[in-house]
Parts: sequence; C-alpha cells; structure tokens
Amino acid sequence: MSTTTPQKENIGAVAADLQDERLLQSQGFGGRVKAELGRLRGGDLGSLPVVVGLIVIWIVFQSLNSNFLSPGNLVNLLLQSAAVGTISVGIVLVLLLGEIDLSVGSVSGVSAAMLAVGFVNHGWPIAVAIVAAIAAGAVIGLFYGLLYTRFGVPSFVITLAGLLGFLGLQLWILGADGSINIPFDSWFVRFCQQMFLTPVASYIIAAAATVVYVLASLARRNQRAKAGLSAQSFVEIGVRAGLALVVACVAIAYLNSGEGRTQGRGIGYMVVLFVAIVVLMNLVLRRTRWGRSVFAVGGNVEAARRAGIKVNRVFISVFVLCSSLAAVGGLLAAGRIANANQSSGTGDTNLNAIAAAVIGGTSLFGGRGSAYSALLGILVIQSISSGLNLLNLDSSVRYMITGAVLLLAVIIDSVSRRSRKSAGRG
Amino acid sequence: MTQTTAAPAPSASKQNLVLSLRGITKRFGAVQALTDVDLDVHEGEVVALVGDNGAGKSTLVKVMAGVHPQDEGTITFDGKPARIGTPAESRDLGIATVFQDLALCDNLDVVANLFLGHEKTSAGTLDEVAMEKRSWDLLRQLSAKIPSVRIPIASLSGGQRQTVAIARSLLGDPKVVILDEPTAALGVAQTAEVLNLVERLRDRGHGVILISHNMADVQAVADRVVVLRLGRNNGDFAVADTSYEDIIAAITGATDNAVTKRATARASQPEASALPGHVSVAKTDAPEGETR
Repeated sequence: MSTTTPQKENIGAVAADLQDERLLQSQGFGGRVKAELGRLRGGDLGSLPVVVGLIVIWIVFQSLNSNFLSPGNLVNLLLQSAAVGTISVGIVLVLLLGEIDLSVGSVSGVSAAMLAVGFVNHGWPIAVAIVAAIAAGAVIGLFYGLLYTRFGVPSFVITLAGLLGFLGLQLWILGADGSINIPFDSWFVRFCQQMFLTPVASYIIAAAATVVYVLASLARRNQRAKAGLSAQSFVEIGVRAGLALVVACVAIAYLNSGEGRTQGRGIGYMVVLFVAIVVLMNLVLRRTRWGRSVFAVGGNVEAARRAGIKVNRVFISVFVLCSSLAAVGGLLAAGRIANANQSSGTGDTNLNAIAAAVIGGTSLFGGRGSAYSALLGILVIQSISSGLNLLNLDSSVRYMITGAVLLLAVIIDSVSRRSRKSAGRG
Repeated sequence: MTQTTAAPAPSASKQNLVLSLRGITKRFGAVQALTDVDLDVHEGEVVALVGDNGAGKSTLVKVMAGVHPQDEGTITFDGKPARIGTPAESRDLGIATVFQDLALCDNLDVVANLFLGHEKTSAGTLDEVAMEKRSWDLLRQLSAKIPSVRIPIASLSGGQRQTVAIARSLLGDPKVVILDEPTAALGVAQTAEVLNLVERLRDRGHGVILISHNMADVQAVADRVVVLRLGRNNGDFAVADTSYEDIIAAITGATDNAVTKRATARASQPEASALPGHVSVAKTDAPEGETR
C-alpha cells in the first residue's frame, strides 16, 4: 500500500501520455531541445541534412562569386525554383506511395504547349487555356492510375512509356511552328514574370501567417491539456513563432534591398503560389484522412487494404494530383519565359523534380516524407545550378554535379533508413 | 456430435452462446478443406483451435472472417442465422480477426494504426486529440505496456505490436475476437504478455478463438480446446480435465493410426485404468476416422 499511494499522486500530475516510467521525461523547453537532439542521433534526420547542405552550398558559391547571395540573384533563384518545385510536390506524393512518375517533364511540356496553342493560335481566353491544360494533366494522371490499378503494371514502366508518348503529343500539339511566344502583356505572363509582392504586403502576410500559427498552436495546446494529454509549452510555441517571424522578416527585407544590378525585386507572385501549394499539401497530408491513407498505403499496402482503405482510389488520386501539378508546373515554366517550344519540359526537368523531392528528404521507399521536401530540395538544386551558371561553368559540369548531389541524397536516405532501424525508429 | 455435447466446460455452458458453426464444409477445387465442422463460442470463453498443419484451422478462420465463405453449413451469431460473405460483414456482425501478420503500418504511429481506416475527424481534419485519448483509454484497459502512442510501430517489440493489433480489433467493440497464432514469433516474456491480454479479453466478456501450435499456451489460457484433423472435428476438450497427451493424440491422430493403435492397445492392456482420458478419446475418435 505504502508504495502505491505516492505513485497514484504522481499519475494525477502527469499527462496521460507521459505516465509510463520508461519514457525519458522531457519537461519544459530544455527537455524538448534535448529530446530533439536524441532524435537526430537515432537517425531520424528529418530536414536537417538538407538545411545544412543548403547552407554549405551557399557559403561555397558566395566565396567563389560575391554575386551569388545578392538580393537580385536570390529573387531569380526563387522564381526559377517555383515551376520545377511545383512539379516536385507531385513527385513527393507519388514517392510517398513508393511509386515513381518519370513523365512529369513531358506532361509539363504538353500543358505548356496546350496553353500556347490554345491561347495564341486559337484565341481561347487565357483562363480557359489554363484550365484545359491542367485538366489534360489530370486526365493523363487518371490514365496512369487506371493502368496501374487495373493491370498492375509497375508505375516505373507506365510512366517511362508516358515520358516518350507525351513528348510526342507535345510535339504534335506544337505542330510545324515548334515554338510559340506568349504575348508579354497577357495577364498570365505578367503574373509569372513581373508581379511581386510589395514589401508592406510581404510583411503583412508573414505576420498574418505567424498569428495563424500561434493561434492554431494555442488551440491545440488547450485541447490537449483539456483531454489530459501532454501539451507544447508556451515557451516552445513562442520560440518557434518568434524564430519563424524573424527569419521571414529578414528574408523579406533582404530580398527587397540592394541597388543597381543586384537590386532585389521582392517575392514574386509565382513564388507565393508555389509556397502556398507546398503549405496546403502539407496540411492535407498531415491532417486529413486522405493524407493518412497515402502514408498508410506507402507503408504497407496490404494493411491499408485490410483496414478498409480504398487503396485503388488512393493510387488513382495521387497519380491524378501528380500529373495535374506537373501541368501547373509546365504552365509556370512557360509563363516565366513567355514561350512554349519543343524543348519545354525536356532536358533535366524530370530529373530535377525527382531529385528535389529525394534531396529534400522524401524516401524512395515510400511512406516517409513531407511536402516541404519539395521546397527545400528545389532550393538546393536551383542554388547549385545558379551558382554554376554564375561561375560560367559548362552545362556538362552542371549535370555531373547535380547528379552527384542526387546520389549523395539517396545515400543519406538509405543510410538513415538503416540507422533508424537500429535505433528502433522504423 | 456426441463429443461436443459431452465436452464443454460447465462454466461455459451457463453463458450465452455467441457464435455457433454447424456442418461447415469448404472445398477448394478437388480438395475438401473442411468437412462438417462444428464450433461453438460463448461469451467470456477462450476456445483454442488446434490442429496439425493442413488441418483446416486457417480455412475455418477465413470462413469466420469472411475471406472465404463456406460452401455448406450454417453460422448462427447471437441466436440468429448469419451470412458472412465479406470481411466487412464479419466485422459488422461483431467478429474481429487479428491475422498472423498483424497488418500494421510500420511507418505510422500507434494512434494512426489503431484508427487506420476509421479515423475520427472534426471539421474535415483528423481529430488527433480525441484519437489519442481513446487510444490511451483502450490501452490502459488492456493494461498494455506501450510507453508512448506517438512512436512508430517499427520501434515496438513483437508483443507490443500484437497488443496494438488486438487493441485495434477491439475498437469496433466486437463480441468475438479471433487471434491467429498470436504468440508464434514471440519470446517468453512477450508471450506471457499476450496471454495476459487474452485473459483480459475473456474478463471483458469477449468470446476468444485462439489458434495456436503451442500446447503450453493453450493449456495456460484456454477454457476449451477444439481439435481439427484433416478438415474434420477431432475432439472437443475442456482444458481443466484433459491432459496434454490427449490433445496431442487428437491432433496427430495417433489414435487412428494403425501402428499406434496396435502400440497403444498393447501398452494400455496392463494400465488401461491409468489412462481413462486417453481411451475415451480413442473411442470417440474411431468412428470419425473410419467414415473418411
């Protein structure tokens, strides 16, 4: 008796999910930091390697060419990232299922061609051309999804066929012209090229996002505390929100600063659209039943099927979303250069999109990853490409270095998978 | 039929009959996997289903789980005739099956696995707080030793995974829980943990069907042992008054094998009175074996 009473008192004070005596208690903010460090040692690297890698890349290129970190170059880098980054968000989804889509480049080319031919040659309203192009992407994804679920053909092979087939479709749509310019004064091209948030609007958006984050965190905290579960400490919420706000404000100030050739124009609308897609996709993946089922199917298809998840619908919806996002990326790429031609979406578009997702930390083995990996990964890829451009290096070298970085990312993925296993983190 | 009426433990017969199978027959092409199999499960009773490889245990489980509907025979659930054609029908009826491979997603945490496919939502988004709270309630009821429900399944031990799989099967508040070889891959301590869990299921009033090759486990927790041999009933014993050897004999068919029959006949002559259980099995078993 005397031994049980103090234990009972203890239980009353501790949240329901922290009662197990084997749990290493991490109380308060200091404990939280310690827990995070332990997580890293266990091979649950999260986005740390890519953030460290990005900083290293920036330091190296800045020391080689002082223009690299200039506001002007960073603004361009962000604009360049948006199109392929959007494609990469779709790749993240497919990789989460443990599948692959090799045809996103061709699909983006088809959508660019449809936009140009529809809008310029046939005189469709721009909105109609955009919707048609995205719908074409969705139909392609539906086609892949049905092939995959009906016939069980590996996605690798289906999309390899799509890579060739839709490149052909793109050339056929473009016809004899081969290259179509989209008028500079059209709304869409200005959206992609010339529209930037004013500094004031940027700050307001950053502040609003921080407020939303804090309110959501506080609401979740209250809800958990009410249910008798452990909750984030106020300090942690404050520190996270404060850090995010400071980083955002410094970035906005820097991107709007500078003079002459290195003048930064601020944050482009296209970049805002890309970041919005990433944030939205992250919410959908983390907080909806559909997102949960994507992770479940990626982790164990059979378990997901037995749990009552309609696995085929998950596969089809992911292929549709991936191809649709590829189409959106193709539109953004076409808008940025105000042109659609036979080489739109060819070359390294495919591999950059896939590499970005993997470099950002989405596992090739399925079931592990995050929409943010598209954002981080494309920043790494574009930083390398932009830095090598500034150094006037040949594209041969660029390809080799990008390939090496991709290889490194895949190795990190495999190694951290192994160390997760040995540290019992799956 | 005589053996089923004679054998049930006195405690079980007082309680309500939940699931009752009569004359279940299942054919796969030319193979007769189950012939005229009967099985009864009462509330708060642990029935062990044992048999050699190929005895039809898994087929019978699949009939009850709705994976392979039976060709002939009737199923009565809660006193009413029931038709189990799909896994969903089985689940809706109140039968939860935990298959041997557990069907858990290694990359998801315990809460996500418990509610997989049946997530609670509020305003279109996952209600993580409600799910986590319910998970803790459930795991506490089972006295499950899981340190945190927010760690991926991959980091749990085999016994803990089994616990999660069983806990998941209880979310729909089933009347009958079928456990397919729950201790097959477990160590000594983890096996004990799962056996404790089985007893807690019985205490909660669930009918439990336990498929196992391990006679020690069966004798530790089961109230009744139903033996299948070559797709037929081959004995129904109350564990309390049956010896290990009797069950083994029924499983292996040692009693209807010509060689062993001669051996036991010769051996039992001097000590027939010392092995009453053994002889009775041989008697009840013989006609079954000969009709085949």
